Amino acid sequence: MDQSTLRYAQTHEWAALDGDIVTIGITAFAAEQLGDITYLELPKVGKVLKAGDEFGVVESVKSTSPLYAPVAGEVIEVNNAASDSTDLIKDDPFGKGWIAKIKLAPGATLDHLLSKEQYDIQLASDGH
Amino acid sequence: MAETLQTPLHARHLALKARMVPFAGWDMPVQYAGVIAEHTAVRTGVGVFDVSHMARFSFGGPGARELLEKVFTNNVGTMKDGQVRYGLVCNEKGGILDDVLVYKWPYGYAMIANASNREKILGWLHQHKSPFALEIQDATFSTALLAVQGPKAVDAVAGLFDADVSQLKYYFATPTRYRNTGCIVSRTGYTGEDGFEIGVSSGMAEPLWDDLLARGAVPCGLGARDTLRLEAAMPLYGHELNEATDPLQAGLGWAVKLDDRAFVGREAIQNAASNPFRPVRIGLELDGKRAAREGSQVVGPNGGPIGTVTSGSYVPFLQKSIAMAYVDSTSSQAGTKLTIDARGTAIPATLVPLPFYKRAK
Repeated sequence: MDQSTLRYAQTHEWAALDGDIVTIGITAFAAEQLGDITYLELPKVGKVLKAGDEFGVVESVKSTSPLYAPVAGEVIEVNNAASDSTDLIKDDPFGKGWIAKIKLAPGATLDHLLSKEQYDIQLASDGH
Repeated sequence: MAETLQTPLHARHLALKARMVPFAGWDMPVQYAGVIAEHTAVRTGVGVFDVSHMARFSFGGPGARELLEKVFTNNVGTMKDGQVRYGLVCNEKGGILDDVLVYKWPYGYAMIANASNREKILGWLHQHKSPFALEIQDATFSTALLAVQGPKAVDAVAGLFDADVSQLKYYFATPTRYRNTGCIVSRTGYTGEDGFEIGVSSGMAEPLWDDLLARGAVPCGLGARDTLRLEAAMPLYGHELNEATDPLQAGLGWAVKLDDRAFVGREAIQNAASNPFRPVRIGLELDGKRAAREGSQVVGPNGGPIGTVTSGSYVPFLQKSIAMAYVDSTSSQAGTKLTIDARGTAIPATLVPLPFYKRAK
């Protein structure tokens, strides 16, 4: 996955657009901050989301973190493999550790999300 | 705003690229390799913790015993030289000010208290010391404290000290020498494993840390310290223990000796015992790996709220999600099926006896 083609949310989710299907996951930074991931709650297929809606939960030993939808649309597929084996997110957050696929709502875009450069600047200004 | 304090091992943590957090006013390592790896190392091998942030007091003079008898719930007068006892310091209402360890020496006493309560307990000791003749010293800033914990702890410390510390009985301590300087080694810990807590002067902290790492001890941070003590069902001040809680409802009656003693809070604790309906500390095992967190509501079999979670986490050795909570004593039987409200989701859980984990003898 070429990270420079992805778009990013300030809350550390990434989004990859292919046609009108958006694959989403969490960034390597977020995965590394979590450390050992112990639990992943996936959204239900069919759930309709607005950008910014909470759609799941990822837990580490020390924390419980909500996942926020980067785009508006309907959940059409979830990655049960990542829920069964949470190491996938830590080991391959941009690839096999994807979390869900969303069919983009009509008229919705990814324009509000950050580019990789903008996301990297955000990380740097947060002191990471 | 006061600057965060640093222990004598601060540079070592940074060199190991530990993730650091402020804790009780100190800049402390939460993890190095990761909580799961560190927790597993302590249950199967040996880990080392920098716990120099803990408050360390020493007492000298003939009145030391009387002061400690007055403020400590456990029996001081029956302690032998080198013995260590766990107990509480309570206020007049029987509420817990801190949980502490008291050490008896031929020449005086020592106490280890929580970092977060250092100033509170020191103030309490000074408040109660009259009319006893004694001196109280705060040794926290001139010393370091390292905990070596795990089934291989004895091997890790073999030959490091003049004394053969493998001969120490559980909850006993000895003064001895490390690299020709004075130190104290006790057979105590906060993990549920065998191990030692070693007090050295600040200048000997780095050599001791380096020696232990060279002998295979895995650096462990506060993250693993918390999951280990939770598995062993050990209470943590600020969670299971606080000034609104008495020792009996916390399940610590074994550390409270009421007979023929007068200590601050004694009457209140006895009166509290006569109220069987106040909430009591219990253990919960959750279905699945989703964790319950502090503050989550516990819902009883009838669907009504019966209590609150005080600590909760996925724990790496048992590989389960567990929690401690206070619930109405009428709902506190082992085997009771409950749910925990985690941010709107009801997680099924079962009430279990404590501890969750006990090491093999």
